[in-house]
Formats: sequence, structure tokens, C-alpha cells
Amino acid sequence: MKRLVLASLLAATSFAHAESVTLYSARNEQLLKPLLDAFTKETGVEVKLLTDKEGPLLERLRAEAQNTSADALITVDAGNLWQASHMGLLKSIKSNTLNENIPAHLRDPKGEWYGLSVRARTMFFNKNKVKAADLSSYEDLANPKWKGKLCLRTSKKVYNQSLVGMMIAQYGEPKTEKIVRGWVDNLATDVFQDDTAMLKAIAAGQCEVGIANTYYFGRLIEAQPTLPVSVFWANQQAEGVHVNVSGAGVTRYAKNPEGAVKLLEWLSSEKAQNLYADKDMEFPANPKIKASPLVTSWGPFKSNVINVSKAGELQSTAVRLMDRAGYR
Amino acid sequence: MQKLFSKGSLYALPIALLTLIPLLVVLSSFLHPQPEIWQHLSEYVLPRVLKNTAILMLGVSAGVLLLGVSLAWLTAVCDFPLRRFFAWSLMLPLAMPAYVLAFVQVGLLDFTGPVQTLIREWTGDSSWFPRIRSTGGVILVLTLAFYPYVYLLARNAFLTQGKRGIEAAQMLGMSRRMAFFRVVLPMARPWLMGGVLLVLMETLADFGTVSIFNYDTFTTAIYQSWFSLFNLPAASQLASILVLFVLALAVAEQWGRGRRHYAVRGGSAERIVLRGAGRYLALAWCSVVLLVAFVIPFIQLLVWVKSVWVLDFDERYPWFILRSIAIAGMAALLVTGLGLILVYAQRRYKDTRWLVRLATLGYAVPGTVLAVGVFIPIAWLDNLLIPVLAYFGVATTQVLKGTLLVMLLALAARFMAVAFAPIDAAMQRITRNQEDAARSLGLSSRQVLRRVHLPLLRGGLLTALLIAFVDVMKEMPITLMTRPFGWDTLAVRVFEMTSEGMWERAALPSFFIVLMGLIPVILLVRKTED
Repeated sequence: MKRLVLASLLAATSFAHAESVTLYSARNEQLLKPLLDAFTKETGVEVKLLTDKEGPLLERLRAEAQNTSADALITVDAGNLWQASHMGLLKSIKSNTLNENIPAHLRDPKGEWYGLSVRARTMFFNKNKVKAADLSSYEDLANPKWKGKLCLRTSKKVYNQSLVGMMIAQYGEPKTEKIVRGWVDNLATDVFQDDTAMLKAIAAGQCEVGIANTYYFGRLIEAQPTLPVSVFWANQQAEGVHVNVSGAGVTRYAKNPEGAVKLLEWLSSEKAQNLYADKDMEFPANPKIKASPLVTSWGPFKSNVINVSKAGELQSTAVRLMDRAGYR
Repeated sequence: MQKLFSKGSLYALPIALLTLIPLLVVLSSFLHPQPEIWQHLSEYVLPRVLKNTAILMLGVSAGVLLLGVSLAWLTAVCDFPLRRFFAWSLMLPLAMPAYVLAFVQVGLLDFTGPVQTLIREWTGDSSWFPRIRSTGGVILVLTLAFYPYVYLLARNAFLTQGKRGIEAAQMLGMSRRMAFFRVVLPMARPWLMGGVLLVLMETLADFGTVSIFNYDTFTTAIYQSWFSLFNLPAASQLASILVLFVLALAVAEQWGRGRRHYAVRGGSAERIVLRGAGRYLALAWCSVVLLVAFVIPFIQLLVWVKSVWVLDFDERYPWFILRSIAIAGMAALLVTGLGLILVYAQRRYKDTRWLVRLATLGYAVPGTVLAVGVFIPIAWLDNLLIPVLAYFGVATTQVLKGTLLVMLLALAARFMAVAFAPIDAAMQRITRNQEDAARSLGLSSRQVLRRVHLPLLRGGLLTALLIAFVDVMKEMPITLMTRPFGWDTLAVRVFEMTSEGMWERAALPSFFIVLMGLIPVILLVRKTED
């Protein structure tokens, strides 16, 4: 009987990691699947994928400790990546390919994670009500001239936390708090649950201007090309548009770290970058690759090159600041 | 101490441990005080969320009682056109996850939705239209999503009680209305309170729905502490306060019920036939609820499904469906079985009451927090077992985690209350005399269980099975956290889509969740009808 139990355990567990990479992901499956399939086809390395929200995934990695099956972690927002590294869940990797493909401000200074796609969080406006010339910077949206005309997404979304975190890094807390208070005073309606709903509100005339990630706009405008909404590249006279990344790192106790590095390197390569960025209308992190035609049609812009890891470092400060300012 | 280990505890303790262990993990967060976070929370966050939560609890309780009781009374005791149809169809909203109903209603009724857009096209202005993203809107949506809990339990009560109570009261000179409020409702109390308690626990644990409305509750504060301030101990501390609060609520309810027994049985089949305006009012009331809570949202889902079908439906969907049904079915059977043991233990051994209460608390803990509470001890155990296996030459990274068994036990910890409430309410209906009689005829206690209790509990057991099945189908965080590799279900698909804000594409898996939930719902209510 004992032997039987042991044998069945063996059967159940022994094929856990032959030549395969196990990936914990907070990015959605239908976005990653085509990429991972292409990777497997090219390299013969199988990828096992487990998706969950960032918070639970990090706790899971922490609880599994040295016995985790995960070789790599992939998620959106530098804030989350910074947190994973801060919790000691990632290990620093040395890869010339990655260092070449990914610009320095889009990766962790210690080499624990690398940005794989870039997401710009900028301003959008209703073409019938606002002229692009009226717009300038995130800070300007706190100006009373926008009273009753601004739409925002909830402060609970990490994208806004990172944006505010970056502002804290640049302007310091007191000034940032003043700006955020100004935004709250200018709101046309309660904050929205997602970027798309907010962009639709701008289109419908509920408000005139707002802040969103470009790929939400891309998806929306692709489905409804006649919507009277346009993109405006923020802060071009200053430090540039706030950008963030989706990215990945190798877990500290990876059983197949070489495989994981291989996967990351491949994801930063030309072929993958085209797939990866186009699929979700993001910008490739590898500067040698061009974004999709629709995305490129919005024109070139200067992006803020402050290291994105700042967002993670200042996230908790940003959240408290937004609480104080009444930005829900 | 002797009491703790009575015979009853032998049954109740192992079941309670399923919930107690994750709860203890959550409670252990108090070993790491977080004064800084607490100061921030108590100054800027807690005052607002506590007020919001209180308003939500009151509003939703009132809402589900109003809808649940009135609809249950109409379809169980009265007679009016289409009554038989409404009897089962009013249960349908149970199959619709609350967050789905929320995104559909917000999508329909917000400024940019079709309703207000149409109004603006006609009249140029929709600013007078009530805002759906408001306190009233959240209360409305949660009421519509959760009233079936009260409806189903209240209907069971009214069906078994029948017209008899009201007739007796009328004979004593009460008006029909007085009889309803002074006799019928108090007699249905265990059912009503059981239902409301479930709704309150679900409301307190809810995160998806309130976040769609951006309505901040206590749960929001828990998630903020964890996901935004990255302070899991503070989040767990908040969650344990929530648990203690629910425990107090449950105890207060039991205390209020006191030593009363509820043991009327055998309703007459005769119904109160509604005439004149009453007929049409009843018809209108049932129709409105059904339309707003189910038909319209379902049609909206269908419209979205049509637009994403080609894009998203692939050969994996049959598997998502099969797995969802398999997990929900197994978990429902497990939790109903365990619920029966708990109810029985509580009936036979008074001192198990506390354990039983503790065993049902998992339902009030926000799913993601409970998921972590479950996962941490399992990972810990695994970390102990893996070196042992390695010693025998077995190399592995998981022993228990990622197995179906663990997933089922975790789901059981969450949904124990769902199975317990209806079985407990049904048990209240069995008189001591019935048991004593059976005993005096020489039946052993096991025979009493099989030949007296089980047949009489059939309705409650079925209800438990049904609600648990449908609830597990809709469940997300625990499935995400404990599923074996590759065991993606419909709820996991919903997560994948909504995590990137693709609500319309989430309609496809949501649609299947609703569809799979419909079958047991219809079967069950058909059954109680006869």
C-alpha cells in the first residue's frame, strides 16, 4: 500500500519540470498565450502559465519560498515589479541581450526585472469642446479653468498611483498634493472604474479632458473610429509623458533560471516585441521596434526617462497623498 | 476543557478547522502591529468606509427583505396569473454574479450608456436622470443580486407553513395584514434571518461590485492596505475585525432567537386567490423585479456575447464549462455533507454551537484574503513534506498545493455558511416529539437520522446543494489561488478579461456561468413547487 502511494505521488509529480518554464502572470492569458506558443514552437521549451492578481501571486511566491514552481513572474506596472523585488522574490540576472534590448530607465537598476512593453499615460480631450492648444501638462489640469470639465479614473488603480508617484519624485510632496487637490476640485463627475469608461464619458461630453493609458484609447477608437476624442502628449515642454512598463523577472528560487532568462530574452527580441506590443497596442520596450500603425499615427512624443522603479518606491506615499487630497 | 472535547466536538471540530486555520492565519497578523498605516487609515479612510458600509448593510438588508419576503409570499401562498412561472423564474438572478449584474447595469444606465444617450438624443438633456454610480445604485444592484437568498429560504418557510398560520390568527380576530406581520413573519424568522445573514456576509465580503461603483466599503480598505500600500498584515488585521463583527452579528441573531422553537408543519395546499387590482399588482411587481434583475441584464449579456463570440469562443470553452461544473458539483456535495454534520452536531450537542458558528465565518471574509489564509498553511505543510519526499528520492515542488482536494477544502471553508443556513432552518422545523416518538419505537440515533431527519431535511439539503453549486460556479479568488495548473474555469476566464477592463469580452464566460447556474435553479424550484 505504502509503495502504491509513493508510486502514485511519483507519477503525479515527477514530470513537474522537465524542459519547461513555469510562469506566474498577472497579465491576462489571451494576451500572453500567442506569444508563449510562438516561443515554444521556436525553442521547444514548454511554458506553464498560472494567472492571478498581483497581490495574491506575490503572497503565493512568498509562501512557497524555495519550493515554488515558478521560474518567472510577469506583471504590469513598475510599482508591482518593484514590490516583488523589494519582497526578495526575484533574483538579479545578467543578460547582455536584455541589457541591449531594454533601455536603462525601463528596467530595474539591480537587474531584477525588465520592462517588456511601454505604456504611456497621457491626456485625452473632446475635439468638439477643447483645442489641443488649450492643453499643456498634468499639472495644468489642476488649474481652475478646468473646473467641472475633468474626468479621472479611480486612485485605486496602480496606473494613477504610479503617475502621482512620479510627480512626487519630480515636484516633491507638497506641490504634488496641491496638484491632486486641484484635480479633485475640477472633477466633472465621480471618478471612473476604468479608463475606457472615462474615455467614453469624454466622448459623450460629460467632461472635456482626462488622463488615460493610450492602449485603452487605441482599443476604443478602433471599435468606434468616429468618437470625437483625441490624444494629447502631456508635458512636452517639460520632462515628457509619464510612461510605465509591463515587465518580468526571474524568481529567486527558479528551478529553471536559464529557461526563464531565455524566455525573457526572447520576449525582448524583435519578433516577440512586434507581437507583444501590437496585440495590446502598447509601445515596444525595445527601441529598435516600431509600434503598430494605429499607435504610430498618434505621432511621436517625448517620454519621461526617470527610472520607472521610482513609481514602486513612492507608491505608498502616493496612495496616502491621494487619500489626504480626497482623490478616491 | 472537558466540554470542548465532547462527542459533538468530535464531529464539529474537524470541519470548523477548515475555516479556523485560515482565520487564525489572518488573525496572526496582529503579531505585527502596523501603527503607521493604522494612523493613516483611521484618519483618512476608516471614517468614510465605516459609514458607507453601515449604510450599505442597512440598505441591502431592507432591500432583500422587501423583495425576498413579498415575492416569496406571493408565489408560495397566493394565486395570480403566471404564478407558477414566477415561482421558479424569480430565482434566476441567483445565477448572475453580482459583479456581472453591476457592470451590466452601470453599462446600461450611466451617462454614456444607451438609456441616457437615447434620452439626450430625444430631449437634449439627461442630467435629471438619477445617477447609477451612487449609494442608491450600489444598494439597488446588490439587492437585485442577493434577494434570491431570502426569497428561496422564505419561500420554503411559507410553503411549509402554508395558510394555516394566517387562518389561525384570523380566527383569533386579527385582520389579514395584522396576522401577516404578527404571526406569519415571526414564524418564518429562522429562514428570513438565515437568508439576511448570508446576504450581509456576502455584502461585507464583496469587492467586485463595490469597486465597479467606486463605492468604498470596509473591504475596499482591506484591499487598499494590501494592493496599494502593500501591507498585508494591516489588511489582515482589518479583515479579522470584519470577521469578529460578523461573529457578533451571528451570535446576536441566535441570542435574539433564544429558546423559541419553530415547529409548525404541513401547510394546506389551498392558496389565497388574489382578485381585482391585487392580481395585477402582484403580476406587475413580479414582472418588474424579474425584468430588472435578470431579463434585461441577460439580454445585454447576449448582445455583448454576439459581438465577441467569433473572437473569443474556441475549443477550450467546453473544458472551461466542464471543469466549472465538476468543481462546483464536487464542492457543493462536500459542503452540503459537512453542513449536515454541523447541523446535526448542533442539534444533538448544545456545546458545539460556538464551533459551528466559527465554521461558517469564511463566507464573510473577502475571498482574496481567505485564499491567502488557506494557501499559507498549505504551502507551509508542503515545505515540510517536500524535503521528506526528497529523502525518498522524489523531487517535486508541490505535494498538496495544486491538488483538487485542497481546492475543494478551501472552497468548503468559504461556502460552509451557504450550505449551513438552509439545512439549519429546515432542522428547526423538526419537533423534538417527532424524534422522541421515533426513539420510543426503538430506532437508534443513526436510524433516526436516516429515517426521520433526512427525509424531513430534504428540502433544506436541496436548497443547500443548489446555492452552494451556483456560488462556487461564480467564485473567483480561491479558484485562482488554489487551482491545479491548467484548471482554468469560467470564473477564471472572467477574471482574465476584467483584469484588463475588457468588460464586453467578460460577457462570454459570464454568459456561460449564468447558463450553467440556471439548470439547477430551475430544477430545484420545480421540485419545491409540488
